[in-house]
Amino acid sequence: MAQSKTPMLDDLEKGAWPSFITEMKKAAAKKANSQDLLDQLELSYKDKTGYWKHGGIVGVKGYGGGVIGRYSAKPEEFPNVKEFHTVRVNMVPGFFYTTKALRSLCETWDKFGSGLTNMHGSTGDIILLGTTTENLQPCFDELSEKGWDLGGSGGGLRTPSGCVGMARCEFACIDSMDFIQEVTRHFQNEIHRPAWPYKFKIKCSACANDCAAATARSDFAVIGTWRDSLKIDQDAVREYVKGGFDIQQLVVGKCPTKALEFDSAKQELKFDAENCVRCMNCIDMMPKAVKTGKDRGAAILIGGKAPVVKSAFIGWVLVPFMKVDAPYTEIFDLVSRITEYFDEHAKPRERIGELIYRIGMGNFLKGIGLTPQPQMVSAPRANPYIFWQEEEVVKHG
Amino acid sequence: MAKTDFGPPDYRTMIPPVIANNYGKWSYHEIPQPGVLKHVSETGAVLYSVRIASARLISTDWIKELCDIAEKYCDGYLRFTTRHNVEFLVSDEQQLQPLLADLKGRGYLVGGTGNAISNVVHTQGWIHCHTPATDASGLVKSMMDELHGYFTTMKLPARVRLAVACCVNMCGACHCSDIAIVGIHRTIPRINHEGVAKACEIPSVIAACPTGAIRPNPKLKSVEVIKEKCMFCGNCYTMCPSMEIADPINDGVSIWVGGKVSNARTAPKFSRLAIPFLPNNPPRWPEVTDAVKHLVEVYAKNARAGERMGEWIDRIGWERFFKLTDIPFTEKHIDDFTFAPTTFRSTSQFRL
Repeated sequence: MAQSKTPMLDDLEKGAWPSFITEMKKAAAKKANSQDLLDQLELSYKDKTGYWKHGGIVGVKGYGGGVIGRYSAKPEEFPNVKEFHTVRVNMVPGFFYTTKALRSLCETWDKFGSGLTNMHGSTGDIILLGTTTENLQPCFDELSEKGWDLGGSGGGLRTPSGCVGMARCEFACIDSMDFIQEVTRHFQNEIHRPAWPYKFKIKCSACANDCAAATARSDFAVIGTWRDSLKIDQDAVREYVKGGFDIQQLVVGKCPTKALEFDSAKQELKFDAENCVRCMNCIDMMPKAVKTGKDRGAAILIGGKAPVVKSAFIGWVLVPFMKVDAPYTEIFDLVSRITEYFDEHAKPRERIGELIYRIGMGNFLKGIGLTPQPQMVSAPRANPYIFWQEEEVVKHG
Repeated sequence: MAKTDFGPPDYRTMIPPVIANNYGKWSYHEIPQPGVLKHVSETGAVLYSVRIASARLISTDWIKELCDIAEKYCDGYLRFTTRHNVEFLVSDEQQLQPLLADLKGRGYLVGGTGNAISNVVHTQGWIHCHTPATDASGLVKSMMDELHGYFTTMKLPARVRLAVACCVNMCGACHCSDIAIVGIHRTIPRINHEGVAKACEIPSVIAACPTGAIRPNPKLKSVEVIKEKCMFCGNCYTMCPSMEIADPINDGVSIWVGGKVSNARTAPKFSRLAIPFLPNNPPRWPEVTDAVKHLVEVYAKNARAGERMGEWIDRIGWERFFKLTDIPFTEKHIDDFTFAPTTFRSTSQFRL
C-alpha cells in the first residue's frame, strides 16, 4: 500500500456528514486537474494558507462576465491547476431539475472541466469549478447548444435567484420562480455585459420568511406579502388546540403586535387585522388554520449586502406594497430607474446601500422618483440638521 | 457563434406533473418525520419531498448517482434547496418508504427540516478562493460530523442556521445566521512596493480602505498603511495583489451569533460577535467545532420553544448570554465602526 499523499484531507473522509474530500477524490480518479486540486489543498492544510492568485480577465465571446478566472500560485508544483477557472451557469429558478437536464450538464462538464461542481454557489448559479482558458469557449458553446446560459459576475446584475414559491409552498404570495425567470430574461444584457460601478443583486422570496435571504443579501429584495386580512379557519384552529398545540405560547404570545387573542370559551382565535404586520409566525405555526390574505403583492427592500466596505446592511423598505404580476412591467421599470441612478452616481465598488448611506435616502428617493412614506423608517429623524432646498424657502429681495 | 442571452432553462420543463398541476394551489404541509415534507394541495394532490445533506462541493459522479435515485423513485425529478440540500420529489406515495430505505442503505443523512440544523451555507475557502483566511468546506465537515444528530432530528427549540465564510466578504448570508463562522486576518498587509508601482491603480487602492488607513508613498510610487487604522479587512488586497494580507500564523476564525433573515415574530437581525478569534487547526478545527457545539447546546438547554437563537438572547440579554456560555467579554466585542453608537446601551435597565 503506497503512502497517501493527502493524509490531512484523508481524515475528512471519516465521519457521518457527506465528505467533500470523497467528492474531490471521485473527480481526481478521472481528471488530472482535480488530482492537482486535491494535492494543492493538502498543502494549504499543511501551511494554513490559500494558494490561488487573483483572477484574470477570461471569458467567452460576446460576454463580459459569467467566468471567474483562477490561477494557481504554485503552477510548477501543480501544473494541472495552472488555470482553473469557474464557469457560472444560470440555474433553473427554484433549483428544479430533471435528471435528463442534470445528466446533460454533467456530460459537458466531464468533457471540458474538472468534474467538480457546487450545487449551488452563494449567488445561486450552478458553479462549474475548474477549467482551462482554452476550454472555456468550446465548453460554453456546448452548454449553450444544450440550453444552458451563463450567469453574472463583476460590476453588473448578478444572476437573480429566489425561493421555491408557488411551486411547492402554501405561503407564497407571489410567483417568485416566474418573476425570477422573467427578470433574468429581461435584463440579460445587464447580466452578461457588466457596465456598472459594482455588482447589483436581485433576490425574491415569496413571503416574509425570506427563504432566499433576499433582504440580507440583495440590493433589491422582493418580499411577498398581502394587504387585506389574513384568513383564519376556526375549525382548524380547534383541531390544533385539541392535538395539544400550545397556541398561547407559540402563537398568541409571539405575535409582535399583540394582534391575536385566544378565546378559550369559544375556542376561537380572535384577530385584530389593522394591527397585523404580516410577520408569518401564526401561519408558520398553524399552516392548516391560518392563511395569507388574497390581495397579494410584495414589499421592496433596497440596499442589503455583506460587510465590505462600509458595513453589512439588511435591506431598507423602499416600496411598502406593490403588485408583482406578469408581465412585471411596473417592477422592471423600478429596477431600471434604480440601476440607472446607481450607474450614474455610485463610486467604483460602492453598493447601492452604501450610495444611499452616503448621499441620504431623501436624495435617493428624489433621484428615482419615489414619495417618502412612514413605512420606510422605524422612526423619524432625531437630529435637527434638515436640508432645506432653495425652492422651499422665501427668497430675499 | 454560440447562441447567447437566453437566460435560465424554463422552469416549466423541469417540474414534475404534480407540481405543474398544483402550482399556486398548495394548501398546507406537514413534516411526518425529519427530512420528509408532505405538501397537500387544494385539489387533494400530495407531494412528498425527501431532503438529504450534501457536501455542496460535489462531483458529477454523485450528481449522476442522485439522478439514478430520482429516476428510480421520482420519475426523474429532483431539486436543490436554497441551503444546498438535495430534495427528491416523490409523487407516488408507494415510493416513499423504498426511497428512504435506499437512502439509508447508501449512508445518506435524511433531515434538515423544521427545528433542525439545516445544511451549512458556505464559501470556497482554500479550495478555490483568492482571499481566504480559512477553509470553509473543512470547517463545515468537521462541525457537522459533530452536529449531524441535529440535522437528522427536530429537537431544537427552533431552526438553527449555520453559515461559514472564509473571509469578511461573507459570500452567503453569513451576517444574518444563528451561528456564523467567519475567517479573519489579524495583521496588516505586507506591501510589495515594486508590484504596487507596476500593477496597481493607487487611487483605487486608497479609496478601497474603509478607514482611510492607506496613504500614498510618492517616493516609492507606492502606498503605505497606517498601522493604527487598519482593521485587517483585506479590501486593499482585493484591489491589489501586491498587498498580501494572508498570514498563516495569525489568520483564524471568529464566531458570530443570533442573526436571522426571517421576519417571523421579530425583524431580521445581524449576527453579533461571540468569539473574536480561534486558531486555524486543520484538518478538524477542534477549537471551532467545540465552541459551536457548546453554543448550540447552551441554546438548546435554555431557549423556549419557537425561539430562534437571537430571540432567546434578546429575551435574556447579552449580559446573561456571556455568563451562560462562559465566553469572556472583551473590548473586541464593542463595535467601533459604522453603527457603533446604535449598539451602546442608553438605559439603566440591565441585568447585573
